[in-house]
Amino acid sequence: MSGYNFAYLDEQTKRMIRRAILKAVAIPGHQVPFGAREMPLPYGWGTGGIQVTAAILGQDDVLKVIDQGADDTTNAVSIRRFFARTAGVATTTRTTKATVIQTRHRIPETPLRADQILVYQVPLPEPLAKLEPSRAETRQMHALAEYGLMHVKLYEDIARFGHIAISYDYPVMVNGRYLMSPSPIPAFDTPKMHRMPALQLFGAGREKRIYAVPPFTSVRPLDFDDHPFRLIRAPHPCALCGARDSYLDEVLTDDRGGRMFVCSDTDYCASRRDIAEAAGEAA
Amino acid sequence: MAYVAVKGGERAIDAAHDWLARERRGDPAIPALGIRQVEEQLGRAVDRVMAEGSCHDTGLAALAIKQAQGDLIEAAFLLRAYRTTLPRFASSLPVETAAMVIRRRISAIYKDLPGGQVLGPTYDYTHRLLDFSLAAERLDETEMRPPARPTDTGRRAMPRVMDLLDREGLMGAEQPGDAAPADLTREPLSFPAGRDVRLQALARGDEGFLLALGYSTQRGYGNTHPFVGEIRVGAVAVEIVPPELGFAIEIGRIDLTECEMVNQFGGSKTEPAQFTRGYGLCFGHAERKAMGMALVDRSMRASEFGEDVTAPAQDIEFVLSHSDNIEATGFVEHLKLPHYVDFQSELETIRRMRRTAGEDAAPEGEAP
Amino acid sequence: MTLDRPGFLDPVAEAQSCFRSVLSAMSRPGSITAMSHAIAAPPLDPATAAVLLTLVDADVTLWLDEPLMPSWDWLAFHAGVVRAPSRAEAAFLCVTALPPLAELFAGSDAAPETSATIILQVPGLTDGRPLTLYGPGLEAPAVIAPLGLPDDFVAQWEANHRLFPRGLDLMLCARGNFLALPRSVRIGEG
Repeated sequence: MSGYNFAYLDEQTKRMIRRAILKAVAIPGHQVPFGAREMPLPYGWGTGGIQVTAAILGQDDVLKVIDQGADDTTNAVSIRRFFARTAGVATTTRTTKATVIQTRHRIPETPLRADQILVYQVPLPEPLAKLEPSRAETRQMHALAEYGLMHVKLYEDIARFGHIAISYDYPVMVNGRYLMSPSPIPAFDTPKMHRMPALQLFGAGREKRIYAVPPFTSVRPLDFDDHPFRLIRAPHPCALCGARDSYLDEVLTDDRGGRMFVCSDTDYCASRRDIAEAAGEAA
Repeated sequence: MAYVAVKGGERAIDAAHDWLARERRGDPAIPALGIRQVEEQLGRAVDRVMAEGSCHDTGLAALAIKQAQGDLIEAAFLLRAYRTTLPRFASSLPVETAAMVIRRRISAIYKDLPGGQVLGPTYDYTHRLLDFSLAAERLDETEMRPPARPTDTGRRAMPRVMDLLDREGLMGAEQPGDAAPADLTREPLSFPAGRDVRLQALARGDEGFLLALGYSTQRGYGNTHPFVGEIRVGAVAVEIVPPELGFAIEIGRIDLTECEMVNQFGGSKTEPAQFTRGYGLCFGHAERKAMGMALVDRSMRASEFGEDVTAPAQDIEFVLSHSDNIEATGFVEHLKLPHYVDFQSELETIRRMRRTAGEDAAPEGEAP
Repeated sequence: MTLDRPGFLDPVAEAQSCFRSVLSAMSRPGSITAMSHAIAAPPLDPATAAVLLTLVDADVTLWLDEPLMPSWDWLAFHAGVVRAPSRAEAAFLCVTALPPLAELFAGSDAAPETSATIILQVPGLTDGRPLTLYGPGLEAPAVIAPLGLPDDFVAQWEANHRLFPRGLDLMLCARGNFLALPRSVRIGEG
């Protein structure tokens, strides 16, 4: 796109973001403030993830963008087009072929490798925000590793509901030090973060924060011994590929209670069907 | 199988944007709106978009308004996203509003004062009756009444009212800052935020938000007993000092609205009673915005003057975190994006909770 | 005077690929990483020069020690670097001998990211005293053996690591290669 720099951001802004990313990697789980720029997409629509991606992306990269696990949701299409237009990079829908994956709300089912980077779009980076709205206060809590407030919230959940009632954006402890928002991924995805071989970067544009989880770093959901963290998944196989290990979307098929469950990760589902088809042909 | 995975996001986006373009143009039988027409005839909209878009360029603001079909927040967003790609050549010197070429200048605290009251182009005292003559398709130049006589108000010396009060020692002194003012477009907000950052945030802030917060202070949520010391509207020179020259040169003139509110302050054991200031400044002719800004600026100075911080307008973090309408509209509107992954998690959790509740209630009929 | 030597030939693409090398090194402490673009600007080694051009500009302060001062004008020309008023206030230090870590700025508990980053140019990244690394970024403990570290390095680093989340981050550069030691890593002898 003429008139704009490679990947939209100017070089000075990229350097500022790159410095923030390095500090974020050196302090796993700590939210590093950065001078987020106004992007040509709205705040809340992935501007943080886009700025992180723009700062790391190069001509040799292969970019995958997913929203809700799918490559063809409108906002994923829009962001992928933005980079195809401003950076001219190759894009893919295949998890295994991507070097950089920008995501909103999901971690791919296919395990990621050490040569891949996962960039999360984060709406509210502060895990304590629902309990304490003042960022000046929560910053002090992180400084002192004072997370009693969150333990009380979880305990109150157990007292009231019999279990912890957080189903997405489940708070995690990173490297045993920082309480971190994993972004609004379903709790089902949380365990994938633990000791993931790929670098995980998190960008929050409106809140102007970047944080990171280096490869092979401990990421533990906050829980209690007698009320351990539990995975939540609809108890069905995928209606398209039969997977029993993937996170499912529930789709209403009529107005009489008809519904079906299909993989949220469209690439995972399509790959499984391709393999099944190939096996069928071979047989 | 009835269901196929949703495809075609790309085609849907293209089709939607085509539709938007047609809708923006409207009936092709009606002449298209010119940028110059917007610039000349929708000046208050242009001013608002420049202020909230944080970029003084009437032509670009007019273009943004046309492109956004008159959605002013969308237009401000277009201007912001353009602004962020511009290189910085220099920082201007502080503009001198005392030397403003005045179009309008009023004070509510003195009946008359040096330079006089200048009513200028204002909606004040108009009767809000729809003017059906404006609905006529063509309004000839001849229908415009010529000015009664050329005015010389712009050239008259008009000292700022606050400076007059200051001379009497009645105004609380402002702390002159030596350091370069902070810039929240480069550095993220952090708290406690200095007054430089606060004023910058308010100047870029949403007019409606500042209006409502300012109003809330008048109704008792952090009252500051305000008087309009002065509102002045007019053109000021923008000057920079190029390093290779070493002296100031004028690079252009911009229209500004400045509002200074005089507020009560009882003083203390060590300080004599005096007035305090709430300050508002924004691009173009925007009195409502400048007044809201001045009210909120003064409210946020509560702790500086030892007042209790109890009201929203006094809470610096609250005001600054929510004044930006580009941030606000983005986050509110992002709720339109798909959230079905999270919702599915909530569905499963709620279903489980309902099952558990049902199990706890059984067996039925037994006395507790 | 080394002003005549070029910086990045393709500033956008080379800065990006160098950054990815730095990011990879910082994500995997101790892994010896070849800098993707070597820049000849002695007395800076190619990796040192590339790291500086990738990360340092007019928005941050830099401290060079005496042996590297001849490169100041080159850095000023290509990166617009700003001299730190003192070693203790520098955001970036580029040095040939490790200053006492306790004298440098380690950030605060609320803003640990404001701490200094040290770029230490050493004679080599192998053949030195073996050190074992543990911590985030490492699948299993890793062993490095760089030359040019002070004798009490392990003790100094232990003190640095104990400050966590405060602390200094260190990059070791030798010729075209470098490795990174973020504050999160623990270092043991042998």
